[in-house]
Amino acid sequence: MKNYVIIGNGVAAAGCIEGIRSIDRDGRITVISEENHAVYCRPLISYYLEGKTDLRHMQYRSADFYEQNACQVLYGRKAARILPETKEVELTDRSRIPYDCLTVASGSAPFVPHFEGLETVREKYSFMTLDDALKLEQSLTKDTRVLIVGAGLIGLKCAEGILRRVKSVAVCDLADRVLSSILDQECAAMMQKHLEAQGMIFYLGDSVSRFEPGTAHMQSGRNVEFDVLVLAVGVRANAALLLGCGGEVNRGIIVDDQMQTSLPGIYAAGDCAEGPDLLTGGNRVLAILPNAYMQGFTAGINMAGGNARFDRGIPMNSIGFFGLHAMTAGVYDGEVYAEKTDRSLKRLFVKDGFLRGFILIGCDERAGIYTSLIREQTPLSEVNFELLKKGATTAAFSAKTRRKKFGGMV
Amino acid sequence: MRGNKSMKRVYVNEAWCLGCHLCEYNCAFANSGLPDMVLALKDQPIFPRIHIEGDERITYAVSCRHCEDPICVKSCIAGAITKNRGVVRIDPEKCVGCFTCVLVCPYGALTPNEQGVMQKCELCLQNASGEPACVKGCPNRAIVYEEREAAV
Repeated sequence: MKNYVIIGNGVAAAGCIEGIRSIDRDGRITVISEENHAVYCRPLISYYLEGKTDLRHMQYRSADFYEQNACQVLYGRKAARILPETKEVELTDRSRIPYDCLTVASGSAPFVPHFEGLETVREKYSFMTLDDALKLEQSLTKDTRVLIVGAGLIGLKCAEGILRRVKSVAVCDLADRVLSSILDQECAAMMQKHLEAQGMIFYLGDSVSRFEPGTAHMQSGRNVEFDVLVLAVGVRANAALLLGCGGEVNRGIIVDDQMQTSLPGIYAAGDCAEGPDLLTGGNRVLAILPNAYMQGFTAGINMAGGNARFDRGIPMNSIGFFGLHAMTAGVYDGEVYAEKTDRSLKRLFVKDGFLRGFILIGCDERAGIYTSLIREQTPLSEVNFELLKKGATTAAFSAKTRRKKFGGMV
Repeated sequence: MRGNKSMKRVYVNEAWCLGCHLCEYNCAFANSGLPDMVLALKDQPIFPRIHIEGDERITYAVSCRHCEDPICVKSCIAGAITKNRGVVRIDPEKCVGCFTCVLVCPYGALTPNEQGVMQKCELCLQNASGEPACVKGCPNRAIVYEEREAAV
């Protein structure tokens, strides 16, 4: 009987468990879970604060998930190092867990740059875990003034989640626009305007030079008063365990399309992993939930002796704020087809006869058809791209392709 | 498994589809939970789980393919989409309306309902129709409910 060990208990771990069990019903699975929670939907912590879900509904799987899959979960335990020679994981309590196959699904952690005076701020939080969200919630009242450092996906979802519960939410970012990793100037401006109309305050192209209790002194000279600080500057892959035992690590743990690390018998998946990026041909950390699940599932199958590959990873995001959705995918290079109305923006990026990326705000109907053109690398010569510019539709495919798509089992 | 006979699914024959949109109305009614079609649909915007696509030459109805390897299930950030006994379903209590499923479905088969909760064809297996209402009501029998071999 094979002995599987998974470090981490997030969505990549859940995928890994399901991958293993799709092949091997009998092997022993041990999950090392630093967090004292069964696998939950991490991106839903802002929806929890907003009251759009609750602790029960944000469970990723049913209550009997581990039992059904015969997993032993070690809650509140943390892996300290991997010992590849003896095939063991040593925990911080010095106990050792033997493995035949190991998957590192240790996720990512907030990156907090040095700020002068940060230690004087009493109420400060990250926004990565359920416990972060619960602690933040405890600190909020209707009179709280919140300052969020970071206008990226995490910072803005946090802002949306708490806006209606507090007195004010201000967001600052060194970048000159919101969501700078996925939106260009014009798209970001539309989103910012929408968020400002909801009551958010922005200080962009500006950052904190010094904290004092209750005040952030900005580089611009402005002083921002606050009661609670949320740090959402960025995240970093938790790759130290692999680095510590001689594995290859760049920005994340380097894996191939089978999620195999540079060390035999050790796989990695999810936000900690730097896997193949379809569009650049290199490796890249694609820290999004769908990739976490699919990488985990792939690792699980391969751990159990199957043969699975995941080489279709692309960056993609669907992120909405107060009813306005932005969808993005791929890379923004090549020629751009752009469309704009009062309430929508569209960008399609075409290079060498392939759709490479898109940005859609307020016009996301059937957007998955665009995504599939990127992921499947469909030559645009095979589709009616003029029709696709107007909107995503399978009518752009030839009748023959459509028959194939819709005519049989898929 | 690929290549095996599958569960029954909804298929459309493009050549016979008239583009009359009746399937959309029958779908919206079947999923309304109301006993009367007029009550359910008259003077209201409808939110069907099947929709007509096409151009001036050809029309066809599109609904969930209940894929063998559904990317919506793997991508759902809320764990709200599951596949059981061949049928892909959304738990409306878990869905938070993030639209990630719309971002990944290659068929464009998911749409939000009136409340912004995502919905898709679930083959009418759990509503009063009991079998796909779009199929039952298609005047030209362009939409069928049957088992087919894997796509090649």
